[in-house]
Formats: sequence, C-alpha cells, structure tokens
Amino acid sequence: MKLLTLNFLTCARKACKPLPTSFPLHPADATLATTETAFSPAFLRNILPRLDWPALKGLCDELGLPGVGDEAPGPEALFEDGELPESDEDIVGEIEAGKRPTKLAHDLHQLLVETVMLEGKLVCASCGHEYAVKEGIANFLLPSHLV
Amino acid sequence: MEYIVRFAQTHETFRRPELEALATLWNIELKIVTYSEDSPFCVVRLPSDDVARKLVSRAILVDSVYELWGSGPNYEALHADVKAKSQGKWDKYTTTSFRFNVHGYQCKLTNKEQRPIIESFSYLPFDGPIKMKDADVQFWVFEEYEMYAPSPKFLYFSRFIGPGGRDTVLKYDLKKRRYISTTSMDAELALITANIALARPGGLFYDPFMGTGGFPIACAHFGAMTTGSDIDARSIRGKPNRNVLSNYAQYDLTDYWLDWFISDLTNTPLRISRFLDGIVCDPPYGVREGLKVLGRKDGGGTEAVYINGVAAHLQEGFIPPKRAYSFDAMLDDILDFAAQTLVDRGRLAIWMPTANEDIELAIPEHQCLKLVANCIQMFNKWSRRLLTYERLPDELVGELIPRTKRIVEGSNADELNNFRRKYFEGFKPSTPSEK
Ligand SMILES: C[S@@+](CC[C@H](N)C(=O)[O-])C[C@H]1O[C@@H](n2cnc3c(N)ncnc32)[C@H](O)[C@@H]1O
Ligand SMILES: [Zn+2]
Repeated sequence: MKLLTLNFLTCARKACKPLPTSFPLHPADATLATTETAFSPAFLRNILPRLDWPALKGLCDELGLPGVGDEAPGPEALFEDGELPESDEDIVGEIEAGKRPTKLAHDLHQLLVETVMLEGKLVCASCGHEYAVKEGIANFLLPSHLV
Repeated sequence: MEYIVRFAQTHETFRRPELEALATLWNIELKIVTYSEDSPFCVVRLPSDDVARKLVSRAILVDSVYELWGSGPNYEALHADVKAKSQGKWDKYTTTSFRFNVHGYQCKLTNKEQRPIIESFSYLPFDGPIKMKDADVQFWVFEEYEMYAPSPKFLYFSRFIGPGGRDTVLKYDLKKRRYISTTSMDAELALITANIALARPGGLFYDPFMGTGGFPIACAHFGAMTTGSDIDARSIRGKPNRNVLSNYAQYDLTDYWLDWFISDLTNTPLRISRFLDGIVCDPPYGVREGLKVLGRKDGGGTEAVYINGVAAHLQEGFIPPKRAYSFDAMLDDILDFAAQTLVDRGRLAIWMPTANEDIELAIPEHQCLKLVANCIQMFNKWSRRLLTYERLPDELVGELIPRTKRIVEGSNADELNNFRRKYFEGFKPSTPSEK
C-alpha cells in the first residue's frame, strides 16, 4: 500500500464515510519499505492538486517520516529550467523541453510512490475499526454487523 | 486532406468509438467522411500525414492509414479521380524508390491479375527504382467486393502513411500470460477498452473488479498509472509469481502499477472526491462467478460474533459473510461511484451482458454521465456491450435530481439476476405465466 493510496482511503463503513474523522485512516504497527519505481513527472503534476495535503502531512508525522511543508506546492514548484541530468534515475513519460523536475518533485515521488506500508493496520478514528494490511495489500471487507 | 483508415474487419461497432476516442485524447480534428460497418475502408479528413500517423498508431482496430489519391466505382472513374485530385502531389515522388500493392477485400488477386492493374497507373511520372522491400513510398490499390461478386464495387488509390496498433494484441495474448482466470478479458478487447477510456501517460485509472488485472494492464500499456481492487482476496493475491503483479512484471509494466486492495464496490473505502481519470471494468455478471456483496442474506449478523472472547472478525482467516446481489443494482452503484470519483471529462468504460431478446434493454443512465459510446460484441444467444460514459462538468449537470435506486426483489441469485436466469434457461422465451 503506497502512501499515495492512503491519501484516497477512508473507512469503508457507510455509517462512517460522511464523518470527517473517518479520513484519513491511521496506520498502526506499520512496517514500511521502499520500492524503486520509475518517476513519472506527468503523473505527479496530474495527481498533486487532487491530494488532501493536511492528511498527507498528518500521515508523515504519524509515521515519523520527514515532513512535507504546510502548504501544498503548486505545479510550478515541480519543474525548473535546465537539462535533464544523465542520472541513473528512470524517468517515464514526456516532460517539457528545457525543463527538469525539481528536488521537491523527486522527494514527493519518493514519498508518495516509492514508500509503501507492507504490514500493519489502518484504523478508523470514527468507529475504531481496524483494517489489516498484509504483504502490502489492505483488506477492507467488513463483518456483517458493520455493513 | 483526405485519408483512408483501413480497419480490421472485426469488432465492427468498436472501431469508430476507438478512433474517435483517440482523436479526443490528442485533440485531433477528425472528420469522418464515409464509414460503413461492412467495409474496412473509411475515408476521413485530417490535418496532416503526421497527425494521421499518430492518430492510428495505437488504434487496436486499425490496420493502417493511407493518403487518399482517388476513388471510384470502376477503373475509368478511379483514374479520372486520381488525375483530378492528386496531380499536384506527383512531382514529390518522381525519383524516390517505390512499390505498388493491390489488395482486394473479399477477393484475393493473383500476381497475374495484379499486373495489368498496376500497369494502368503508368501515367504517373515515377522514375525512381522499384523496390519490393523497404521502398520509400508505397502505393496501394484497394478493390472492395461484395461477397462472391465477380467484380469490385468500389476502388481506391492511396499512399501508405503508417501502421495501426494491431501488433500490440499479440504481445498481450492471454495464452502467453502467466496469471489468468476463466473470466479474464480477452487482450484485444481490453486494449480497445483502454483506448476508448482515454488511458494515457500521467492519468490515474482504476478497476474496481480487477480479477486478474486485464484492464489495468491494458491501461498501463498506454502509459497510465493503474490501480485495482476486488472482493476476492484470492484473485488478488494469486500465487507466488502468479498474480496480478507478476503479470505487470511479465510485460515490464511494474512502473505503471500503483496499488491493489481487497474491497466490495458497494462498500468502497475510496474517498468521495473527484480524483480518477478513468474507470475501466467488467463487473461480475453472476454467471461464471457469483455476484456478491458484503452482508448476510437473512439480514442477520447485526452484532459482532465472539469466539473465545475475541471478536471473530479480528481473527486470522476470518471470512466475512457475503450475499447475492442484483446486477441492475450493481450497475447503479457503479454509475454513482463513477459520478462521484471521476474528474471532469473522465471516462467510465464498463461491460455488461444482455440476452439478445432483451437487446433493446434500457441503458443505465446517470445525470452526471453522458453516454459517449455503445459497442456490442455478439454471441449466439447473448451479447455483451461496452458502455462508455463521460463525466460532465458540474456546470453542465445542473441541479441534481435524487435518484431512486432500482429495488430488485428476491434473495437468491436467479431471482436477482435476470441475465443469469436466462443464461441457464438457454435464453428460451419464457413461457407465459399461468393466471
Ligand atoms: C468478470 S470478473 C473481472 C475479470 C477481470 N476483468 C480480469 O481480466 O480478470 C469480475 C470480478 O469481480 C469480482 N467481484 C464480484 N463481486 C464484487 C464486488 N461486490 N466488489 C468488487 N469485486 C467484486 C469477482 O471476484 C471477479 O474477480
Ligand atoms: Zn469507521
């Protein structure tokens, strides 16, 4: 489960969903890992405005990860003038000529796409229900009494 | 300028929607001049060769694209049209290497039959070398026959511009895929679905009924970032080295895979916000695989179950109860979900089955979603269609009228699913009920 995905997950219970406390879910006993993934600047630019920034910031704090700023960066913060460096890092997709991703863009890619929760639980602050994460796969199936 | 899009003569009702979707995707001004389901040849107007080449490059149902130099019902008319329409282009090809091809649709021409046809074009001032392989320019004569007819009903003369995307189908052939199931979507149709849904680099695409991952993989092929979920934990986890992720790895697409999780669409954990560029799916029809949602059929289970003082649902290996559900209700749920999660102009591409006797059946509707394509794949007694909707921007939707969900009575699979019942009844017209 990538940190990016956690930004789009709430409690699955219909009774909880409308309540603000059902989002975001809170990780508990989390084992984190990193998985190398090619960087798609086009995807990052596309998805950035759709993130809930306070939730992302809160999640970083809870997981003890290096924090992100208070304000969501705008798209202009992702690119700067310059040639693409001949680095060993994979970049996929197109990128405007004469532009290269900023350090912030690389950091966000690492945080959102390359950081994964392998094991642990995701807890709803509204009802207290815990969803198990095993081998990186979260299980949101509910027992009958919570449907 | 006019071009000939030469389609594959298969999945006919999908061809135009696929081509039009690609034009939408790349903002290409495409004008279809002539099109018929019975013919592979479609005349279109496009701004330039480069645009034509790009438009068809990933079209699964396009064989290739050509610049149209002339057409007519017989050779006399064809030559007259070529001279009238394309004379201005001849000069460009006086010294380049070239070759001629003659191709008959619904009629195979021998070399001996082709030669006089090619020679009839000798008025063209081409002095370059003739090369059978790697010629700089290729000219094509197309003859279109009615089935078993002795002579063609229409002719085209054209210059080859570029190939379509049909080669991709082979690469994703299910026979060579490591992880599949009985309900895995055929590779060709999955790729077409991804095209019609506008899968593209940088976009986020989701399949809520992922199964073995056929649709997300097709979207990933076109550069989209993909995620999926399924109610069946086994289908997600698969076996070591035989699961959805190993399929991505097999095609070297791991970089386009974002996540997977186990969930029931009718109790989705995804937050209600407009963040998806596309939703592509083949929901359970309730025939080969059960159509199930969380909960109990008897309405019981309203309290937690404890085993030895520990809540059962927190114990290892707990399997939540599921109950049968109606396909129509599921369709409504999917449309609602799409309306709530797609970005403006984001697309929902969804497959649904119908018995042929019900072919006029109502197409599910939603105020926020505009139907942009309705494609049908026919089988003997039933068919399935791919419905594609576009999420309208809120300004165009106006005030939302609350929807009444279709309530389908019944508790077992047959009562709940018309299609399933008819499938197992062999689609015979049902006998009039006794009064
Ligand atoms: C027709 S199959 C999809 C196959 C998939 N397109 C593939 O290529 O493998 C339907 C899938 O929906 C899943 N399913 C059934 N009920 C569901 C529900 N309520 N929510 C989510 N998934 C469900 C089934 O487990 C099955 O994998
Ligand atoms: Zn909750």
